[in-house]
Amino acid sequence: MAYSEKVLEHYENPRNVGSFDKNDPSVGTGLVGAPACGDVMKLQLKISDDGIIEDAKFKTFGCGSAIASSSLATEWVKGMTVDQAMALKNTQIVEELNLPPVKIHCSVLAEDAIKAAIADYKAKRSATGATAAVSAATASQPGATT
Amino acid sequence: MAIKLPIYMDNHATTRVDPRVVEAMLPFFTETYGNAASRSHSFGWETEKATDLAREQVAALIGASGREIVWTSGATESDNLAIKGAAEFHKERGRHIVTSAIEHKAVLDSCKRLERDGFEVTYLPVGKDGLVTAESVRAAMTDKTTLVSIMLANNEIGTVNPVEEIGAVVKEKGALFHIDAVQGTGKIPFDVERAKADLVSLSAHKMYGPKGIGALYVRRKPRVRITAEIDGGGHERGMRSGTLNVPGIVGFGRAAAIALAEMPEESARILGMRERLRKGIQARVSDTFVNGSLQHRLPGNLNISFAYVEGEAMLMALKDVAVSSGSACTSSSLEPSYVLRALGVEEEMAHTSIRFGIGRFNTDEEIDYVIDLVARKVDKLRELSPLYEMVKDGIDLKSITWAAH
Repeated sequence: MAYSEKVLEHYENPRNVGSFDKNDPSVGTGLVGAPACGDVMKLQLKISDDGIIEDAKFKTFGCGSAIASSSLATEWVKGMTVDQAMALKNTQIVEELNLPPVKIHCSVLAEDAIKAAIADYKAKRSATGATAAVSAATASQPGATT
Repeated sequence: MAIKLPIYMDNHATTRVDPRVVEAMLPFFTETYGNAASRSHSFGWETEKATDLAREQVAALIGASGREIVWTSGATESDNLAIKGAAEFHKERGRHIVTSAIEHKAVLDSCKRLERDGFEVTYLPVGKDGLVTAESVRAAMTDKTTLVSIMLANNEIGTVNPVEEIGAVVKEKGALFHIDAVQGTGKIPFDVERAKADLVSLSAHKMYGPKGIGALYVRRKPRVRITAEIDGGGHERGMRSGTLNVPGIVGFGRAAAIALAEMPEESARILGMRERLRKGIQARVSDTFVNGSLQHRLPGNLNISFAYVEGEAMLMALKDVAVSSGSACTSSSLEPSYVLRALGVEEEMAHTSIRFGIGRFNTDEEIDYVIDLVARKVDKLRELSPLYEMVKDGIDLKSITWAAH
């Protein structure tokens, strides 16, 4: 199977690989997928008090398209507001990476990972009673929780 | 010595045609190009003589006689002809077939079609070692069983079944025994008498011959009868009509003769390379698991899982090495290998499996190159793997409720 140039490029040089401390209150962690399905994405967002995504990191167990989708997602969300990141659609990733139909689930997983990370961040903030400048709109966490 | 890239290490999928085979085939395209069924001129006589020699060569490889060889287009056709042909011919006697869960799709899908046509099929499970036991065959057979179809060696994990023990049970119970011997012939000794085989599927391109030519061994003593699938000019004693693929047949014959002559030396050399690869990888990479019995295995096969590294990502990382994976990330079902699942390999480990198929044209230098490449790429992909990170942090992956997708 042939991969698109952009998938290969992200696969060879993945952006923002790594981890933040998941106990940091400014960090939201999304862990989605399942080992049995051959795809697990961990995406973490570092979010400022005024709701700007300052940094993002990921680790992915999965095929090249899954790695590329998560790498691209971290690149895109940096500098976005939480609301802007929530509005990202998997179809944008499909388009950017020229993913074939069989790989669309990789982009869905990346979208889910962003939403899961934001949901985790919001849950943490509300637990600590902090008032963040994030919108009240909440996403149900589609992924797994540790 | 400089290594030429890419390296081909997928010899279960197909093999490079041996130059000696190509040489034998060439005259049959432009010089001796007659129809082997033409009785009225020397063009036909010459080609018939050549196909008869090839029959003897292929038969010799499996301890058979040339008159028991039926040429086909390949192993898929041989499997279809053997299974459907035997089931159909003997359906008045019984409608039960026994096979195993890890057969090639050509066998499994032939059986599925028979099930739709009212036959009953038992798919024997295999153990963790990937082997079918004679006892399980015995237990599954009934007085309605007309055919047992068990492979000699598995195409994914290379495990070699005890076909001689199974053949003894099948004969004791009075059914026909079909062996899909595609992966084993030319690699390990195999004899139709010792296995008590009635029908044996063979393919040229898995043993350094050309694609598009296969054979079905059909026992003559006692005579085994099957219903033809392809009707026409009555070639191959009525069992498979169609003009013979003469260059392919000549190439198959030559490939079989080479395999027979060189098997002792070659299998030892290939086993040496396989073990060099296995030990080399396992010395440098932690958390690897060989799938299926290491002892009862084709010399050239290594099917190994690299925990926490998804197989297709590994294939991408090994882009200068042609191998394959049990991960089915590319298939629309997203189901990993049914063979590995049948062995009881957990899905997450099946997704991390890589199949190396070492063959005649590989070298020790290539093996060393692959060991180094695999070790470096596994390290790189594990750095990317959230699973590896979690395990290092002491988290039990099984304690997590994963959301299946």
